[in-house]
Amino acid sequence: MTSMVGAAVVRKEDPNFLMGRGTYVDNLQLPGTLHMAFVRSVEPHARLGGIDLTRARLVPGVVGAFAAADFPSLPSLGGPSPALERPTLATDTVRFVGEPVAVVVARDRYAAADGAAAVRVDYEPLPAVPSLQAALAEGAAILFPEAGSNVVNEMPMADDAEAELGAAPHRLPLRLVNQRLAAAPMEPMAVAADWGPSTLTVWASCQAPHGVRNRLSALLGKPSHEIRVIAPDVGGGFGAKASWYPELLLAPLLSRRLGRPVTYVESRSENLVAMTQGRDQVQDIEVGFDDDGRILALKVMVTQDVGGYPYGDAPGLPFLTMIMAAGCYRVPKVAAGFRAVVTNTTPVSAYRGAGRPEGSYLIERVVELIADETGVDPLEVRRRNFIPFDAFPYPTHLGPVYDSGDYQASLAKLMEMVDYDSLRREQAGRRDDGSAPLLGIGFSTFVELGGVGPSALMEGFGGLGGWESARARVNPDGSVVLLVGTSPHGQGHETMFSQIAADVLQVPFERISVLHGDTATVQEGIGTFGSRSTPVGGEAVKRASLRAREKAAQIAAHILEAAPEDLDMVDGRFVVRGSPDRGVDWAEVANKAYRPTQLGDIEAGIEAAATFEPPNLTFPSGAHCCVVEVDRETGKVGIRRYVAVDDCGVLVNPLMAEGQIMGGVTQGIAQALYEKVTYDGGGQPLTTTLAEYLVPSAAELPRFEMGHTVTPTPSNSLGAKGIGESGATAAPQAVVNAVVDALSHLGVRDLEMPLTPERVWRAMQGGAR
Amino acid sequence: MIPAPFDYVRAGSVDEAVSLLGRHGEDAKLLAGGHSLLPLMKLRVAAPAVLIDVGRLAELRYVRDAGDQVAIGAMTRHRDLETSELLGREVPLLRHAAAQVGDPQVRHRGTLGGSLAHADPAADLPAVILALDGTMVAQGPGGRRTIPASEFFRSIFESALAPDEVLTEVRVPKVPGQRWAFSKFNQRAQDWAIVGVAAQRRDGDVGVALVHMGQTPLRAAETEAAVRQGAGPADASALADRGTDPPGDLSASPEYRRHLARVLVRRALERL
Amino acid sequence: MRISLTVNGVREEAEVEPRLLLVHLLRDRLGLTGTSVGCDSTSCGACTVLLDGESVKSCTVLAVQAEAAEVVTIEGVAADGELSPLQAAFQKHHALQCGYCTPGMIMAATSLLKERPDPTEEDVRRGLEGNLCRCTGYRGIVDAVLEVASEGGAR
Repeated sequence: MTSMVGAAVVRKEDPNFLMGRGTYVDNLQLPGTLHMAFVRSVEPHARLGGIDLTRARLVPGVVGAFAAADFPSLPSLGGPSPALERPTLATDTVRFVGEPVAVVVARDRYAAADGAAAVRVDYEPLPAVPSLQAALAEGAAILFPEAGSNVVNEMPMADDAEAELGAAPHRLPLRLVNQRLAAAPMEPMAVAADWGPSTLTVWASCQAPHGVRNRLSALLGKPSHEIRVIAPDVGGGFGAKASWYPELLLAPLLSRRLGRPVTYVESRSENLVAMTQGRDQVQDIEVGFDDDGRILALKVMVTQDVGGYPYGDAPGLPFLTMIMAAGCYRVPKVAAGFRAVVTNTTPVSAYRGAGRPEGSYLIERVVELIADETGVDPLEVRRRNFIPFDAFPYPTHLGPVYDSGDYQASLAKLMEMVDYDSLRREQAGRRDDGSAPLLGIGFSTFVELGGVGPSALMEGFGGLGGWESARARVNPDGSVVLLVGTSPHGQGHETMFSQIAADVLQVPFERISVLHGDTATVQEGIGTFGSRSTPVGGEAVKRASLRAREKAAQIAAHILEAAPEDLDMVDGRFVVRGSPDRGVDWAEVANKAYRPTQLGDIEAGIEAAATFEPPNLTFPSGAHCCVVEVDRETGKVGIRRYVAVDDCGVLVNPLMAEGQIMGGVTQGIAQALYEKVTYDGGGQPLTTTLAEYLVPSAAELPRFEMGHTVTPTPSNSLGAKGIGESGATAAPQAVVNAVVDALSHLGVRDLEMPLTPERVWRAMQGGAR
Repeated sequence: MIPAPFDYVRAGSVDEAVSLLGRHGEDAKLLAGGHSLLPLMKLRVAAPAVLIDVGRLAELRYVRDAGDQVAIGAMTRHRDLETSELLGREVPLLRHAAAQVGDPQVRHRGTLGGSLAHADPAADLPAVILALDGTMVAQGPGGRRTIPASEFFRSIFESALAPDEVLTEVRVPKVPGQRWAFSKFNQRAQDWAIVGVAAQRRDGDVGVALVHMGQTPLRAAETEAAVRQGAGPADASALADRGTDPPGDLSASPEYRRHLARVLVRRALERL
Repeated sequence: MRISLTVNGVREEAEVEPRLLLVHLLRDRLGLTGTSVGCDSTSCGACTVLLDGESVKSCTVLAVQAEAAEVVTIEGVAADGELSPLQAAFQKHHALQCGYCTPGMIMAATSLLKERPDPTEEDVRRGLEGNLCRCTGYRGIVDAVLEVASEGGAR
């Protein structure tokens, strides 16, 4: 049998989507469903005066309108301490435009919208601090007076590397901004709840249904066996659908109160202010290096904007930035620290890469600056500093150990795909030719962190752990059902896990189904985020399948009157080693597995469970190249080529792995050129629709070219590292480096993202915006 | 996402539309393709009490030879303009520009009349009609009148149409074989123009109009005068932003818009 | 008011408010949930259907404007449960991940191929400029459409 792992098979889950049979939450249409709509704050920072619901309650079709005061002991959405909690519905103070203030329930979505529009809220505006600069200024309004400061978390630098920086032949400061992004999955947030006589059922567009169930259980005081959470088809998540939202609590409470199912479907305008956002760091960096471009010391201080409430992951994400700050490079001294600051903006949490893209961006810009200062070619600076192949496992300065990597090989593979010398000649020629756009070549060699993760690390982020579960069940006809604790939102788990199980069980790929996302049927799981489903979930699937195979071998041995250890599996048959004519196929084993009369002392059934606790994170890596053209008069940037070499260890499905790369790279390009969540000086969000928040289309993007190198991870027996966040981690700096390269002859050394045409134009004039 | 409630009535003829506008006054808006109006209503930025649907007036959907002009019915969709062989021969600037409006789905619905009457200075076709020195034909309770493009666009979202007038036809001069240029500068292909330029040579003259450089589409009058006096593209285009009042927004500052206008006009003139 | 129209070949009648959007008529009244809503600014194209054979964003069409029209949604594309050539090509080229933009993308591509049966890659990318995808990076989508074009059409 040819191996399924490594095969670029098309996805099993596609026909449903292609035929319009996706089961996204808003497609459910339960009988009697009521629709929920929020009234959201229009002020960035204000005391809440009166909330007048009377007119809303009179709108035809409205069944109820409620504010916080209408819920006895409404639990909060949590936070790092009682003083810093985020209320489910605002109580006395609102802290960002879009914060929910009241909720209206009606018989259909149109009446609910009308009801929400009829609610009158009195706001007493307070001074708003909608940026890091404003929040840290002397005399700034303090969002949480009990906290005394807008700095809500910090990790000071253990030391400041001053000795090493001072001793270095060269020393450079650098300030970088990694701008705020919106996750903007194509499906906004959606939740439906049906609180029946004994069971509460919740359909949530989420990434971790078991986590949602457990949290609901704790908040509602209802035992978890009476709560069923289903993640049906989820239209994209990117980390933001792992956050905890008011609707997750309110839909169940309102369903109980009103005795009917309640559904909430976010509009895009709401989504762009309500869904947790990503990135938003300012980094103050100093690097020390020598004439050869070797990095001797790196100091990084991260200031993280966590938004109006520090209840998401943002207060801890800079720690991941700190871990990855030295990237692929062997840096003798790294000093890092951070502080997390609240501002009157949307709360920030994990978004594709979650702290690591911020780290890879900074070190890849540092490397370019070093190249610029020393005159050493940027590729050569990288090569001189790479962690060598034989240095793995490589302990980073903060403890996490890079599992494996061959950064020189990835770069070499990239250079086979890019005719670098020819591009440099073309670039030089164009600089002399005023009529042609400028050409720029940018590189990004990166390492990122996946396979989250060892439970000790995960508990620090408030989870149950970082393990993952799988069950493998063989039916009497020999077909297989896998139940997995991961929860996909586009990653193709049904296909990927079937491939892994097919190889272990030697059952045809087509005869394997994968169930996920339902806490009533699937065993406890952790969910999908942090590029973990293949390295952690996949290993659990492999182990469960192996255990199922062992049971089957026991039964086969009984049938063949042999010892299980004397059996091999060959093309789906259990055969006695050395006597290939003595064998039994899966169909017979599976059938007899459920017939005690055929089994002697063996217990009936073939079903096995496994929970895999990863011993380490994984560290995918790669080398990307971006070639840009810059219109010398307008500053508009076009991407002529984007080449990506990725190393995610063993590839389970190359077709799907490339899809993950292209999607992540697209988001990274979007960060470099198009996207930024923007507030005005008064705290009003300006990017509230997809007409202002510039998610790119196919017309903006090149045809991606991809290659792979493989350094298996020792963290699991598959050797797979995961790949979901690599593209977003690699791409922004590839693009920025390319544009800076295009303009370097004009003295441009740095540019802030997004590289809008005006920003590039101003840089070419010698100014900045 | 959900518009506020409104009453809806279909006009079976232009006369009926005029009469309905007269009856409902300021409470009513005409609905053609809906791709200027409905987006505003879905965000509840606009909330007319009455929509008068003229989108089914098939008699207003045409592209006709009218002697030395081409006459276009107001309900003609951008897609119809994009595929018109007549326009391709006689007014290729308009055909080309129509193909740049929005995206294919928008072009299947949006109409020339709707776009012009909406009078958004960031829209492409008002500037094109202005560059061509087109003429609008409006019908009101007192009958029909013509309004030259130079007088049609009063201010942002304000045309010269009276509240009870319906734009029925747009006439543009035929300019077969004369050089033209259109450029729409944006970040994403589906975006509104940050700045746009429509330019048409008409014998010795040029008509150059700017998108998104003020409260209305604007003629680059000083550029045109310079060309008439024999100036080359570089010199003439240096005057392109004179008399404009470009906005500053998320996409661009006024200063950058002025720069873009000069660059895009120069490139357009080089093609003329 | 009462409207009647044809949806996927089936004559439908409905009593609707004037403000009911076509996408909500399809989803909430006719149960055709394959067409999705992804934005509220006519930007994303997830709601794209065919109206009298041409792609339109059904979130920006009132149901009353679709009176007497022929609408085709994603549910009307496959015949007898068999994937159409375009649907099959989407699967082959991994042109979808979460699937949310996919029905709109397929309807837009269908209309594109009808109007431009022999597109270049640039034509396809420009032709899909009104359809946003957050997952795939578009290469699979473009390849699927080009393959179908080279083999003679979407259906």
